[in-house]
Amino acid sequence: MAEVPIDIAHVSRLARLALTAREAREFSAQLGKLFDYINELQALDVEHVHPTAQVIPLHNVFRDDVVRPSLDHAAALANAPETDGPYFKAPRILE
Amino acid sequence: MTAGHEIRDAVLRHERSALEIADEALARIAAVDPKLNAFVTVTPERARARAREIDAAVARGDNPGLLAGVPVAVKDLFCTAGVRTTCGSKILENFIPPYSATVVERLEAHGAVIVGKTNMDEFAMGSSCENSAFFPTRNPWDPSRVPGGSSGGSASAVGARCVPVALGTDTGGSIREPASFCNVVGVKPTYGRVSRYGMIAFASSLDQAGPMTADVRDAADVLEAIAGHDPMDATSVDVPVPHYASALRDNLSGVRVGIVEEFEHSIAGDAALAQLYAGAYGTLRELGASPVSVCLPHARYGLATYYLIAPAECSSNLARYDGVRYGLRVADGGDVYAMFEKTRAAGFGAEVKRRIILGTYALSSGYYDAYYVRAQKIRTLMKADFDAAFTRCDVIACPAVSCPPFELGAKADPVSMYLMDYFTIPMSLAGIPAMSVPAGYINGLPVGLQIAAPAFEEARMLGVAHAFERATNVVRQRQPVVAADAQGTGAGSRA
Repeated sequence: MAEVPIDIAHVSRLARLALTAREAREFSAQLGKLFDYINELQALDVEHVHPTAQVIPLHNVFRDDVVRPSLDHAAALANAPETDGPYFKAPRILE
Repeated sequence: MTAGHEIRDAVLRHERSALEIADEALARIAAVDPKLNAFVTVTPERARARAREIDAAVARGDNPGLLAGVPVAVKDLFCTAGVRTTCGSKILENFIPPYSATVVERLEAHGAVIVGKTNMDEFAMGSSCENSAFFPTRNPWDPSRVPGGSSGGSASAVGARCVPVALGTDTGGSIREPASFCNVVGVKPTYGRVSRYGMIAFASSLDQAGPMTADVRDAADVLEAIAGHDPMDATSVDVPVPHYASALRDNLSGVRVGIVEEFEHSIAGDAALAQLYAGAYGTLRELGASPVSVCLPHARYGLATYYLIAPAECSSNLARYDGVRYGLRVADGGDVYAMFEKTRAAGFGAEVKRRIILGTYALSSGYYDAYYVRAQKIRTLMKADFDAAFTRCDVIACPAVSCPPFELGAKADPVSMYLMDYFTIPMSLAGIPAMSVPAGYINGLPVGLQIAAPAFEEARMLGVAHAFERATNVVRQRQPVVAADAQGTGAGSRA
């Protein structure tokens, strides 16, 4: 099995996703098997190949800059865990 | 079972009412779904109200459309205004969308009657429906086995003949593999053919909605109803939508069918599978098609390429689940970062977490070029493989799956589950249309044939599938085991 190159503690911080020690261990072992496949990609010479971000030939799709009907405040806030008047409420960000 | 087009024709001829059709579907769901768990939410009142509207329209002499009175189940990944939409996740367990997906609106605009929302692997990540945060769904052909995934609930509901039509989504095989497992027709359209507005995003450059249906004719009608440009999705393409039903064929004379050398090599060791697919290609030849051998030299890199691109896009898309605007929040007085981390830890299941970690890594500083950009370059090579193959053939016929449906719990190792998409991932990366059509049985369990076509050539693909379906009549050869319980007792929701 391939070595997992992932620093799971670092990546889980980047992803804002707390993992238990057990999850970190399990993911490391499971993703190691996947890297057996992923590492095969290193053998291909792709230096002169263009990357494909998506397959359809669309570029810069614009629309007219006009105001159209959209969700009202009540509908937009209806699923929020916490609100304050017309606002979403989140824990303090700045001390 | 009655197909959707047969229901529509009967409703338009005033032979059946949409309401009695809806009641039958609800009764069948009530009778068989306790064994299958295909539905997360059943919506009987909404369905009956909609059916009455259809009946009123028909009574006035209006034609409600291609799907008049047809009961439809919708994967719980499509937003449905006012109806809970979970995406198979705890993090959206109580989410009630304020708007509907474009495809849901288009189905309803064509007279469809939505009867409920179907179970799925969480955020469409999985190939067995076992990654649902709520419960696994079972296969109507053998309830000890999985229905496939991620659109497993939709496949199970159609396979069990609860509804003739369901909506699924396919990112790397999530329509085609469950269609194969449940003996239904499943179509992944060309990327951009169908609007993604109101679909909960997993991998935005790959996700595509499509029909899962009782027969090819229904798939043609549903695709015609949902396809086409949508100003709300900038990646939906403004290409005219053909009348797909008029492209359905009965013979295949003049059609060049590409058989993929690499895929044939990989199933050669499995005698039952090799024999089944050889038989399917033989049927195509008997119908007049000319088989030609084609190569997809980069197909073997599909799994690795996909498992960099899809998790990368997933890690970015799922960043929105932060406990602020909707969904679960877990907070215990800590700062905002603690809230993010705890909310996501509690709300996501193991497979989703695994992919977020992998995708975040593939996009992180220092690794972006080595993994993510390299995968995108190999995606270019894979697309070029198909472009070259389609200079020699009109459609490709190949395996949809590497095995019949497996037992629950059989693929506990994630990579063994990922390998289920081996034959479907290359088409997803190339963005081309592909479908699974029932092809036969191995030990009484269904197996599908995959047919793929160049971009926006769904009509050609459906035409070939229709001829194959007529010649083989696979679905009508056998009854799913749950059909023994076919007589529903009393309509209603199990919820």
